[in-house]
Amino acid sequence: MTAKRARNIAFTALVLIAAAIWIFPLYWALTTSLRSENRIVSDAGILMDELNFSAYIDVLSTSKLPLWYLNSVGTSLIITFLILLTGMMCAYALSQLRFPGRRALYLLVVASFMVPAPALYVAQFVLMNDLDMVNTWWGIILPQLIAPVVIIVYKQFFDAIPHEMREAVLLDGGGEFTLLFKLYLPLNWGITAALSIITFIGAWNNFFWPFLIVTSEGMMTIPVGITQVTDSFGVAYARMMALALLAAAPVIVGYLIFQKRVTEAVMISAGVKG
Amino acid sequence: MSKSNRRRRELRTAALLTAPFLILFSVFFLYPTYKVIALSFTDSPLIGEGNWVGLANYVELFNDRLFYTSLWNNFYFVLLTVIPTTVIALLIALAVSRLKGRTQALVLTMFFLPYVLPVSVVTMIWSWMLDFQFGILQPLIEAVTGKPVPVFKNPYWVMPMIAVVTIWWTNGFNVLLLIAGLRNIPADLYEAAALDGATPWQRFWRVTWPLLWPVTALVLTLQLILQLKIFDQVYLLSGGGPFNQSYVVLMQMYREAFQLNNGGYASAVAMVLFVLIVVVSILQYQLLRIGGRK
Repeated sequence: MTAKRARNIAFTALVLIAAAIWIFPLYWALTTSLRSENRIVSDAGILMDELNFSAYIDVLSTSKLPLWYLNSVGTSLIITFLILLTGMMCAYALSQLRFPGRRALYLLVVASFMVPAPALYVAQFVLMNDLDMVNTWWGIILPQLIAPVVIIVYKQFFDAIPHEMREAVLLDGGGEFTLLFKLYLPLNWGITAALSIITFIGAWNNFFWPFLIVTSEGMMTIPVGITQVTDSFGVAYARMMALALLAAAPVIVGYLIFQKRVTEAVMISAGVKG
Repeated sequence: MSKSNRRRRELRTAALLTAPFLILFSVFFLYPTYKVIALSFTDSPLIGEGNWVGLANYVELFNDRLFYTSLWNNFYFVLLTVIPTTVIALLIALAVSRLKGRTQALVLTMFFLPYVLPVSVVTMIWSWMLDFQFGILQPLIEAVTGKPVPVFKNPYWVMPMIAVVTIWWTNGFNVLLLIAGLRNIPADLYEAAALDGATPWQRFWRVTWPLLWPVTALVLTLQLILQLKIFDQVYLLSGGGPFNQSYVVLMQMYREAFQLNNGGYASAVAMVLFVLIVVVSILQYQLLRIGGRK
């Protein structure tokens, strides 16, 4: 029995070491960001033995990072809210109402899964230009609002709600909107939270589209903005790592707080995709 | 209340509820889909009118050596990522699922964390790790090749290293799906196998592997579709170079449209990717159906 125990401990230790190696790039970025630039190019000790915040102060005061935060937070929040709202409404109709074209609409939503978003970017850029929305928040937001996965997930969850509950609300004189916002939605707060978080992370991290549609530094989102600084800093490893970690901080903290929801959302949305 | 009255109300509600999505979907998805197809038959610049040129863009495309280079690089990248990331994720998932409680949660977090990072953060960190002069991984590379290598400027190293960065970044997603798949395998199957005296090796190949296959197939096909769409990491790490060794299909679309102002030609490039991915998606659907998931 002790031999088995020892084997288990050895196994756990081995997996922990592997995980530590996996996460090492993040540790190294943090360590680098807390050193002075001179130190980095002269002595690269692997231990985090210096707590020098000058790189962070420098980055926050000289770059447009605060403005990019604002752009990222604003556009990501609006995208998340609109995707969830339009998605849940459409899913409710698909799940609970009879109307002509229902099946066709559902098939269209499922089929749109297959279209690779970047293949539409050229046409979407032309469209946004026609709408005079290049280099605006709406230019960043609008093409990102198509998220069939949200509709499909909501529909599945709405389908699963027993019909008796619905009848009870209808007997009390409630209409469809009462049903959606007072019954179906509250019953699915869990999935709403999970979908919100993963949608927000996706919007926050999107690089390609904001990179195309934004043409001035002041309009950039975080993932696009930080690539600009790289060029202007020259050799500045501590500052680059401070910048990278500041850019990633919201999603890292968000993930650590809402870990269970993120995990749940990833599994549910991928299960649907199959 | 009459039945037809109620019916009419239901229709009106349905129209109201689907309208916001339908409008967005039509304007920002269906119309661009039509538009990219239409543009691919014209010689339009990115902004402005062009002339109908029929199949000329496609003819040019299939005589364009750079296009074959980018197709090949996409294919090469798929080879470098899809199966390796699935194997690595499977090993990690098997290891993590043997752990318990807090240790398991901690280890899973460590393996998953890179997945939530923005791509440019990932590329900045790895550019630093692999920095030619001061990168902490250069001593490792030196140990193998005898000298430091500027990996993203080296034609042989560039694609494999972008693949390594990509796997590090996206692997957590696959780990998560495979762990979910492992949890769905009933424990009594393992007990029965143990009673029959099956070795761990036999247990894996006779129980785990066949029962996990639907999830493994899902991971493989999702990865295939994802990696065909590679652009961000390439653009940020190597810009398509050196000598076009990392020039991929979306890179060509981007350059034609936004740097060379060839909207029509770029649309034809986009259409090839479009068709490629739709075909793969349909194959995926069939494959998973045969796998018995639906």
